[in-house]
Amino acid sequence: MATVDLNDVRKVYAGGFEAVKGVSIAIPDKALCVLVGPSGCGKSTLLRMIAGLETISSGTISIDGKVVNNIGPTDRDIAMVFQNYALYPHMSVYDNMAYGLRNRGTPKPEIDSRVRATAKTLELDQLLDRKPRQLSGGQRQRVAMGRAIVRNPKVFLFDEPLSNLDAKLRGQMRVEIKNLQRNLGVTSVYVTHDQLEAMTLADMLVVMNAGVIEQIGAPMDVYEKPASTFVAAFIGAPPMNLMALTHGADGTATVAGGAKIAGHVPEQAAILGLRPEDAIVPAPDATQKGALSLPVAVEAVEPVGMESFLHCAIAGERIVVRVPGRSMVQPGDRLEIAAGLDRLHFFDKDGRRV
Amino acid sequence: MTPRVVFPNRILPYLLLAPQLAITLVFFYLPAVQALYQSMLREDPFGLRSRFVWFANFRKVLADPAYLNALHVTVVFSVATAVVAMGVALLLAVMADKVVRSRGLYRTLLIWPYAVAPAIAGMLFLFMFNPSIGTLAVLLRKAGIAWDPLLNSTDAMVLVVTAAAWKQISYNFLFFVAGLQAIPKSLIEAAAIDGAREVKRFWTIVFPLLAPTTFFLLVINTTYAFFDTFGIIHAVTGGGPGKATETLVYKVYNDGFVNLILGESAAQSVILMIIVIALTAIQFRYVERKVHYG
Repeated sequence: MATVDLNDVRKVYAGGFEAVKGVSIAIPDKALCVLVGPSGCGKSTLLRMIAGLETISSGTISIDGKVVNNIGPTDRDIAMVFQNYALYPHMSVYDNMAYGLRNRGTPKPEIDSRVRATAKTLELDQLLDRKPRQLSGGQRQRVAMGRAIVRNPKVFLFDEPLSNLDAKLRGQMRVEIKNLQRNLGVTSVYVTHDQLEAMTLADMLVVMNAGVIEQIGAPMDVYEKPASTFVAAFIGAPPMNLMALTHGADGTATVAGGAKIAGHVPEQAAILGLRPEDAIVPAPDATQKGALSLPVAVEAVEPVGMESFLHCAIAGERIVVRVPGRSMVQPGDRLEIAAGLDRLHFFDKDGRRV
Repeated sequence: MTPRVVFPNRILPYLLLAPQLAITLVFFYLPAVQALYQSMLREDPFGLRSRFVWFANFRKVLADPAYLNALHVTVVFSVATAVVAMGVALLLAVMADKVVRSRGLYRTLLIWPYAVAPAIAGMLFLFMFNPSIGTLAVLLRKAGIAWDPLLNSTDAMVLVVTAAAWKQISYNFLFFVAGLQAIPKSLIEAAAIDGAREVKRFWTIVFPLLAPTTFFLLVINTTYAFFDTFGIIHAVTGGGPGKATETLVYKVYNDGFVNLILGESAAQSVILMIIVIALTAIQFRYVERKVHYG
């Protein structure tokens, strides 16, 4: 129903602190754009600027092709789901959902039918007379969603809406949000610090760090081809292993105190990245070895259930390796781990992908 | 659960409580009981003999048109004072909440009047509104208002209400500021996104959420207007003109200590005591059941 375009948006606070340093994003119609990054990276500020709750220091934000810089939150035709839900505590669920419609002068019968229809979709129809304090966390979350949906706005904004829920509920709500957003086809901006949420929800993933965009792309593209060591370390759990890489005089590249990399290594490469799941522990008698082979000492084993993480060390570098199922490996064991050339990521000394 | 700390000494706790209990007994309960006893006595004009008359004093007081007038005056005075004091304080608090720079200074300055003694506050207003020398009285007359609190009972009432409310505004302001700060900012933001403009936001979100504070202040202000405004009334109007500003407390003083009708005055203070107890009970019930939002 609407596109959202950010053009070189900046936010400078009164004290001179620059929270958002020139961000440009073009969010297509009906897309779910996830802004992800560590706390303090400016993602929430950016969302609040789209909502109109923060002023824009420079640059423009347009919704549906119209610049909204000087339009207040009341007139932007957006709906926002807050982290703490921000339900009106003195109003019933029904009134919470009807409030926005009443303020816009929607006729009473229409309000009623829309609230009831939305409540039904969100399975809130039994709770319409309750006050927010009589609801569980998950139910409050649904009411907050309902309040946004019922208005049928141009854009949905989500500010870490799941962070107050327990892990199980979070997984459930994540799927629900995704389905709802897809069914309603409303352009959405979703802020989170949880990379798992970001990966599973996003049509368009925006990784932010210290007020700038590190990478924009489809979630799997970002995962497969992280644009920087920051993205590599932020997306994926456990994060990508990063090791210093040195080029020898004879043109060979080595890591971790002497392990050679067989194959072409870009000249500018200074850092080697390897995802835990891309490191394999080959059978002892295997003749086919990867481009990289590292003899490591196992320091700790973390069995998660369906997989185990081996925390290994080699020449001062630490490497996490994922192995499927239960592992027979014990701390103190010595292992040989290997990886194919196509699984290796190279970054230059500034952390940019090469 | 943490186990309760138990001290083996049986006498020490009582010994430590004794000073407080002694003060309470001597200065609070003893006079209260004496007032109760005295309210059933009638003394001769010279104070030489007194007679036990059971509830005759109460019957006389409650049938006295002057007493009923005082009751009426008290209600008008209290309601007006509470409404003015709270209304102005709320307005100031909402304004002060918007101030970004040096809000601490604004708040400090707005809280100051609370430190002024009631009688002095009364004198201030007496001078400012004095029909012959008062600065504000001159302005009022220039504006075409025939201002004369010495003869006009409405003017006198306006004057004492103003003085009494002025003193209480600071106190209310403090609580309203705290109450406003306790309202999560995200609620206001959510309401703004929901299409409510400032005035609408205030009446549909802020004001209902301030209800616990408002109710608490209503009780406090009513109690204040009932009992703590003697000094102001004494300094400003002395209950006059006629008995236009004679509240219940003022009448207790007048009948007891000026006219020396001790029995009836005691009966009046017992009635006042019952009103205080009732008001306090309401307040305690309220505090006990304090509404928790969230």
